[in-house]
Amino acid sequence: MRSRPVYGELTPRPGSGHLFVADGEGAEAILDLFQKAGAQASSLLEKSHIIYMPGPNGTDFGARLEALGAAQYHRSPSFASAQSRLKKVLADAHMGLQIYLAGTEGLMGQAQRDVIEAGLPHEAVQTEHRGSTVRRVQCVHCKGITENVRTDPIKCSHCGLHLFVRDHYSRRLAAFQGVNIDAEDPGQVPAAVERFK
Amino acid sequence: MSVKAPRISVTVAEVVEVNPLIKRFRFVRSDGQPMPPFSGGAHIVVEMDDHGTRRLNPYSLMSVPEDSSGYSISVRRDDTGRGGSLYLHQQVKPGMAMEIGYPVNLFSLDQRAKKHLMIAGGIGITPFISQMAQLTSLGGRFELHYSVRNRELGAYVDELKALYGDRIHLYFDDEGDKIDLDRLLAGQSFGTHLYVCGPKGMISWVRSTADAAGWPKGTVHSEEFLAPPVGQPFTVELAQSKKSITVGATQSLLEAMEAANVDAPYLCRGGACGQCETDVVRCDGHIEHNDHWLSDEQKASNRKIMPCVSRFGGTTLVLDR
Ligand code: FES
Repeated sequence: MRSRPVYGELTPRPGSGHLFVADGEGAEAILDLFQKAGAQASSLLEKSHIIYMPGPNGTDFGARLEALGAAQYHRSPSFASAQSRLKKVLADAHMGLQIYLAGTEGLMGQAQRDVIEAGLPHEAVQTEHRGSTVRRVQCVHCKGITENVRTDPIKCSHCGLHLFVRDHYSRRLAAFQGVNIDAEDPGQVPAAVERFK
Repeated sequence: MSVKAPRISVTVAEVVEVNPLIKRFRFVRSDGQPMPPFSGGAHIVVEMDDHGTRRLNPYSLMSVPEDSSGYSISVRRDDTGRGGSLYLHQQVKPGMAMEIGYPVNLFSLDQRAKKHLMIAGGIGITPFISQMAQLTSLGGRFELHYSVRNRELGAYVDELKALYGDRIHLYFDDEGDKIDLDRLLAGQSFGTHLYVCGPKGMISWVRSTADAAGWPKGTVHSEEFLAPPVGQPFTVELAQSKKSITVGATQSLLEAMEAANVDAPYLCRGGACGQCETDVVRCDGHIEHNDHWLSDEQKASNRKIMPCVSRFGGTTLVLDR
């Protein structure tokens, strides 16, 4: 388990290709990057591949992203449906491909896990957090993952335990840790507060 | 490690002349016990009493990592160096008793890699020999590009070809061969890691080419042992130990501290690992920073020194040691 990940700001880097994976407001991080690239934007776009999905709050900037005119643009309804494409792109890629992730922590964490599995060190992946702060939480008791967690505590969507959402983040699971809150005193559960939006 | 770290007492089992410049030495434990395990890319320090100067020179292990019956190193003779390699070439004979340090690995294979692309120059081949043996028994993918001056000085060229076939690519300078690095790097599948060991110029060429081609830092690994340069003798005051020592022309500052029984830390003894970093209390003069550990800023400030390779010229140098 690692503590909270740190995110940066996407910056164009030299490379033979550029792969972007983003959800929701993450689209704007990509738009900003091409803005920053200035005169180099068009040559960058020729080598760019964008995989995009709407955010957990429903934000969908797909049309603006598509209008950028990257060599390849692909829109998916969710990360789960985009994942096989991402894995295929990584399997066929060569070294020199730059990876940029933007949007929610859940999306970036899951995409980063696939990139690490493909052999890249985690620090080689650029990330930028935009939009929703909802969390992907793993129940430490039943190991089930609850997506798009907004409140703390939450009820595990698998085993039904009340979980306190910790700041401990596992890169391997791409999830925050949820720990039973009323283990000592069953039924004593504080009111849920909206912590993640 | 430091000079007081435990050593392994060994016997020289074999000395083989590989070519006119390179000799291979095999050490077995004098007590008949198995050698400690190591991983490909590890090095040991070999202790020598070179005409009254005690040297601990680092050499990459080139034997098979699982082989605990002994360790092998290859040493290139440097006729203009400080004498460590000359000592090994001229004085060390089979049957001799010596002391070596425990293996330390500052150039290990990155297990996350899907493939290992290795680039060796000259004697820089040695760590790759143990790494390739390790990858072979673990089933890892690799490819080696090995550049040497000419066929005669191409150490282990035939052996490696026989063992690994077309995974070994050879380049002979005298025949005009050159690694087409741009093409080589562009064709590597995603998840490949790059390793380079050889002369300074080769390492910086490979590093800068990979950087420009978009290889992330964490996927590029290099090892260079700088031999401590010879220079003018100088005097150093050691504040903690309350000693004043003189560093001889062919001695390193680290060796001089060790000779004075000052317990100074080290790992690589080649200016790369950072282990020996020492605070400078006072400096009236000029530190010759020969390491590639300190930043340019740190070097300019003269507040730190790497005693394994760096020297001093001037009136007073006081170290916090
Ligand atoms: S011992 Fe490694 S830098 Fe000096």
